[in-house]
Amino acid sequence: MGPIMKVTAQPADTTLTLLLDGELDASSAVVLDTELNKPELLRYKKVLIDCQRLSYISSAGLGVFISHLQRLQDSNVKLVFFNMQEKVFNVFEILGLDSLMTIVPTEQEALAA
Amino acid sequence: MQDRLRISCSRQNLQQVRDFVRGFLLTAQRSDLVVNQVVLAVDEVVANFIIHANGEDATQFLDLLLVLANHNLDIEIEDYGSTLFLPQGKVANPDLKAYIQQGRKGGMGMALVSRIMDQVEFFERNSHTVCHLSKVLS
Repeated sequence: MGPIMKVTAQPADTTLTLLLDGELDASSAVVLDTELNKPELLRYKKVLIDCQRLSYISSAGLGVFISHLQRLQDSNVKLVFFNMQEKVFNVFEILGLDSLMTIVPTEQEALAA
Repeated sequence: MQDRLRISCSRQNLQQVRDFVRGFLLTAQRSDLVVNQVVLAVDEVVANFIIHANGEDATQFLDLLLVLANHNLDIEIEDYGSTLFLPQGKVANPDLKAYIQQGRKGGMGMALVSRIMDQVEFFERNSHTVCHLSKVLS
């Protein structure tokens, strides 16, 4: 069986976009954690999370984002989610994370956030 | 309708669990949003059993039973491991602002389960831990 989560990094000037492809659960969350732990992330002004192909997230995936958010904020790096599927956004809503994280519909809005 | 699945305690089996629950509920023609919520709740409980109750010992196994009668969904997850694992069925609201400040990774799974399912119970049966989840599906 192939990996259930793939993260593709797309750097551009002051913005890094991470494209998530697959399901983020307790077995695959480490892939995202590894990516967010990279020291070069802190060189960007914005880290955009493209969720178009993110088909599922559990608390393990949410926990990875939560665990990195303060560190990014302390380094003035803004974390913005976009293109989120309704069923994935619903999980953020259930916990109230939609009010603590920046989630916008489109890439254009993410770049402007 | 009902269905059963047995899995060993490896987190690699979480996807199989989700596909199993998803397939069962989509056969019953439930909405994508509701299906995903129930899949998530089961995933969270199973992940807890695998990781915390059984230390990812793949020689241990869990049995899942899904029963849907009219709009009533009942799910039982039975842990055949030797350690009893009886977390609270209902948990206090996690302080997510504090979690963010602390850089905390875990502690949200059961809060999700409690908010999604109508009823969450953990009990002992024949020296095994059983989790019973129920939800009335719209």
